[in-house]
Amino acid sequence: MNTLFIGLAAVLILSILFMLFRIQSLVTIVKGSHQRVGMSNKVNGALMLIVPITLLALTVWYSPIAAESFLPEASSEHGLVTDRLFWTSITVISIMFLITNAGLFWFAYKYQYKEGRQASFFHDNTRLEVFWTIVPAVIMALLVFFGWKAWSDIMSEVPKEAIQVEIMGKQFAWQVRYPGKDKEFGNHDFRLIDDVAGNEFGIDFEDKKSEDDFIARELYIPKGQPVLFKIRARDVLHSVFAPHFRVKMDAVPGMPTQFHFVPTKTTEEMRTELNNPKFNYELACTEICGRGHFAMKFIIVVVEPNEYNTWVAEQTPFLESNPQFKGKGLSDLRKKNLAKKKEEEKSKEQASL
Amino acid sequence: MATETNLTQGVSLDHHHDDHGHEHHEESFISKYIFSEDHKMIAKQFLITGIIWAFFGGAMSVIFRLQLGFPDMELSFLKPFLGHWLDSAGKLDPNYYLALVTMHGTIMVFFVLTAGLSGTFSNFLIPLQIGARDMASGFMNMLSYWFFFAASVVMFSSLFLETGPAMGGWVVYPPLSALPEAVPGSGAGMTYWLISMALFIISTLLGGINYITTVINMRTKGLSFSRLPLTIWAFFLTAIIGLLSFPVLFAAALLLIFDRSFGTSFYLSEIYMNGEALHNQGGSAILYQHLFWFLGHPEVYIVLLPALGITSEIIATNSRKPIFGYRAMIGSMIGIAILSFIVWAHHMFVTGMNPFLGSIFMFLTLIIAVPSAVKAFNYITTLWRGNIIFTPAMLFSIGLVSVFISGGVTGIILGNNALDIQLHDTYFVVAHFHIVMGSASFFGFMAGVYHWFPKMYGRMMDEKLGYIHFWLTFVGIYLVFFPMHYIGIAGFPRRYYSHTSFDAFSTFTDLNMFISAAAIVTFLGQAIFAFNFVWSIFRGRRAPENPWNSNTLEWTTPVSPGHGNWPGKIPHVYRWAYDYSKPNADKDGFGDFIPQNVPLSKTPHSNLEHENEIMNEQHVEDDLKINDHK
Repeated sequence: MNTLFIGLAAVLILSILFMLFRIQSLVTIVKGSHQRVGMSNKVNGALMLIVPITLLALTVWYSPIAAESFLPEASSEHGLVTDRLFWTSITVISIMFLITNAGLFWFAYKYQYKEGRQASFFHDNTRLEVFWTIVPAVIMALLVFFGWKAWSDIMSEVPKEAIQVEIMGKQFAWQVRYPGKDKEFGNHDFRLIDDVAGNEFGIDFEDKKSEDDFIARELYIPKGQPVLFKIRARDVLHSVFAPHFRVKMDAVPGMPTQFHFVPTKTTEEMRTELNNPKFNYELACTEICGRGHFAMKFIIVVVEPNEYNTWVAEQTPFLESNPQFKGKGLSDLRKKNLAKKKEEEKSKEQASL
Repeated sequence: MATETNLTQGVSLDHHHDDHGHEHHEESFISKYIFSEDHKMIAKQFLITGIIWAFFGGAMSVIFRLQLGFPDMELSFLKPFLGHWLDSAGKLDPNYYLALVTMHGTIMVFFVLTAGLSGTFSNFLIPLQIGARDMASGFMNMLSYWFFFAASVVMFSSLFLETGPAMGGWVVYPPLSALPEAVPGSGAGMTYWLISMALFIISTLLGGINYITTVINMRTKGLSFSRLPLTIWAFFLTAIIGLLSFPVLFAAALLLIFDRSFGTSFYLSEIYMNGEALHNQGGSAILYQHLFWFLGHPEVYIVLLPALGITSEIIATNSRKPIFGYRAMIGSMIGIAILSFIVWAHHMFVTGMNPFLGSIFMFLTLIIAVPSAVKAFNYITTLWRGNIIFTPAMLFSIGLVSVFISGGVTGIILGNNALDIQLHDTYFVVAHFHIVMGSASFFGFMAGVYHWFPKMYGRMMDEKLGYIHFWLTFVGIYLVFFPMHYIGIAGFPRRYYSHTSFDAFSTFTDLNMFISAAAIVTFLGQAIFAFNFVWSIFRGRRAPENPWNSNTLEWTTPVSPGHGNWPGKIPHVYRWAYDYSKPNADKDGFGDFIPQNVPLSKTPHSNLEHENEIMNEQHVEDDLKINDHK
């Protein structure tokens, strides 16, 4: 019944609007000669000032409110640099935006049609053109320079002492592996992945280095030390996004990627700073990966270095809790595959007989 | 030499037309309205198909905006349209949310802003503004539309598949798009998508070859490249960009088809899916991204340049002033066209691409900001000391310049790879390209429709409705897309069905609601345009021959130009397209405009010095020719 009323109301409104439109166009016809430039031009001219100024006022009023919901200052060393660069750039482009838009709308208003005025036949001025080619070019060059410096620092060689963490994306979760005491990851191979048996990473346990590797439910990293994320994916593209650290890097099946950074604030420090005891650093996915793309959450915990060491010492290696994998790896897989092939051939032969 | 070939061609076409005219006046319905080879009819076909697609694409965005703005809303009332895309509780299924996002992007970028914009105005304006009877090949032109139509049919039918249409985002990155197990839309839906795009690329290429050939070979006498209206320059460069970049997308799609159907591993490597390790090894998912963006970035300019060309023409006409920096405008368009091919990897800063390559692409990307800035300054200067008439087309053109700037400046941030780390794939990107590419091109499209409607249909669109439509759209677009920057700065990733599973992204629920409401109002506001458009085709005020007092050649045709465009001889061109408000024109008996087909000898008082020189040279040449004949 409601739908019917809404429908009727809509029809009524539409027909009133249509009548208004007809009356308006009939009036213009009755008035006789259709004027090329009339009152509407003045109205539009006035709107050229009113609308942009209103929008600007809205922006000025709302921006401080919105800023409260922005992410807090970065919790990583490079993030502090890029944040500064970001806000500098925002200032520069805001000025450019304001000057050009002001010119555009002011001229539109000021030079609206006036009976008898002749527009100026002004179509070329090399000096002006050179001027506004060079000014943006110089501004661009400066921004590029600082951006390039920041980028080169971020993407520089990984420090040797960096703590390594492997992050693997799959539909639809992140999984995290640590190298254990030897600080080296064991081999992995996608053909060894077996969700049913529990080897979700495809770790090759023939590799001795993998024996002390452990898998964590939360991503622990120490404050103030370089951390290296070794990133990979096992099905489709994903992208590691740790917004508070200003970290983002795609996870690509078949092509390992990495990102290194230095966290600057522990989770606890952030909790006090934000006055939010429930605060947690989060890891999200920013490359469309399917149905659960929006829910690939993983918690990152930043702790003091000594706490980190204690935490690492408390972890049990994967192999210790899953001893059935001991010694199982690629050659084992190869054997299995060969056996399977032979069996298939046999059954084929039998079938052909 | 070039002019001579033009001349002979013009003459032969003249004869052709005369013969034609006498033999059969009546065309059948099918050859006139359906399989028409007339460029004007084909343009209208592109236009109307484009508009219909725009409404579909817009409606899709409204549906996913409902999900984002009002996540708890029950959508059962949309059941008749959405069917099994809604779950039993009346909520949009996350997979079909992705389907809507994907289809919205594909439709808007390719079907509306490429085919709808370029297809309409390149087809309509190239022959009319260069003084040609029709396109170089009317038949290929017809095929171009019908390939587009076929692409549309295939894409549209993919919406009705059991497993849904493509769901991998409009960029359809593999492996997600290659493996039906990864997302249902990568089954039959993706196959349909690829077939549709293949057809679409063929359509674009057929059109593009035609545009280029026509512009190079069929300009009327006197219309040198240095006198071409900026619209034609824009269409010409757009067609070249399309011709060079679309085949690469075709290659990318072809390899994807191989990976999907024939077991190859171009893009696939080391994948474990559904409890099974796939056999694919050695492929590279990044290869696809390189191929895709080699088209994808030029594509931005494929949709933008025609809009800028249209704007140049409209701003000059309605400011009653010559466009400022005609040569600089051409130069910057050529610059943009060239640079557009060497910036593609700025879409891929954080894909694991070599960081050094990232630096190179940042330099190149920020260079492209310079010609864009020059264009914006030139538009603004064109308004300066003009005598501006606010037609709806003019309003949309001014709106275009505004959004072109607003969206352009954020490109400076995104092109900076250090800053892109945080902002990549967030709503900041969504805001940026919806303003600079989506809105700017859409405004150009609307400006073009309002401006050339009288030549298309012989009637005027209602101006007042046009004003309302403009201001609603202008305010609406800023209210929808400007706040998205804030959401982006807060880190919200794009293509998220819901943001609330993260503490970091659970703010801004009110702003998202506001954006959705603004989007719905803006979308509904387009009904004003639809009504105005359809009504005016049948009942609009009759148009005069040259309603905007414009200089270009299309306004020298009859109100509704027939097949062949000019009933008599094709006009010759003696001057550039921007002789507006020329000093002393009144002494020559002209108002504030001197059309391109007015010989310099008829305007002795207003001619500039170099024009007098040209005129004298021409006199000598003509004398020589007459002597030759003797």
